Amino acid sequence: MTVRVQTEDFDVGLEINQLRQARKDIGAVVSFVGLVRDLNEGDDVTQLTLEHYPGMTEKSLSSIINQAKTRWNILDALIVHRVGTLQPSDQIVLVVVSSAHRGDAFSACEFMMDYLKTEAPFWKKEANSKGEHWIEAKSADDMARDRWKIEK
Amino acid sequence: MKIKLFYFARLKETLKYSTEDLELPDESFTILKLKAFLAKRGDVWGQMLMGKLKVRAAINHELVDDKAVINDGDEVAFFPPVTGG
Repeated sequence: MTVRVQTEDFDVGLEINQLRQARKDIGAVVSFVGLVRDLNEGDDVTQLTLEHYPGMTEKSLSSIINQAKTRWNILDALIVHRVGTLQPSDQIVLVVVSSAHRGDAFSACEFMMDYLKTEAPFWKKEANSKGEHWIEAKSADDMARDRWKIEK
Repeated sequence: MKIKLFYFARLKETLKYSTEDLELPDESFTILKLKAFLAKRGDVWGQMLMGKLKVRAAINHELVDDKAVINDGDEVAFFPPVTGG
């Protein structure tokens, strides 16, 4: 189980290979990659800046992996999240989960993203042709997380 | 008691503080009491911590609510709802 917060880009193929290395009990790997879009609510995004809370962010991501582990049979998991200044089409976040069967990896991956979006301390500031502004949290993201509290 | 405070994102930018060491006048402080204490620093502090904007708080890297009790030596942080991913 690995958590990384970094300014550098990541190579999805390399990360998946590393996670699989030296294991023959993995039957499924599910990954999610989040990207910077050039359009957000009608504005032309030119740049996205991500801030985090060193220490707490890593702890929060580890706790999200641990919660997923208690709910599903997952063998390994990785979260990489970038901070600093990003451009449209840049990769922001990677979540990789491995398990014996696909169901556990699919569910755990989505669960981890829904919790990451609402609990892990990251903040996005968007720049467009009109200037800069902080992105507001969305209630749809809270709802996406809350359905895991009733579903299993 | 002494605590270490951190501010992030919009709060950091508007309050023009990222971190500070703070000596509190007595030993019994909750997050709500600390917000009210800091709000006395001026309008912008009141707006940021006690106004309409949602503010989340953490003590020693754990998310907490307004009733959480602060102890000597704690690291306290204030920030807006998170928007990562």
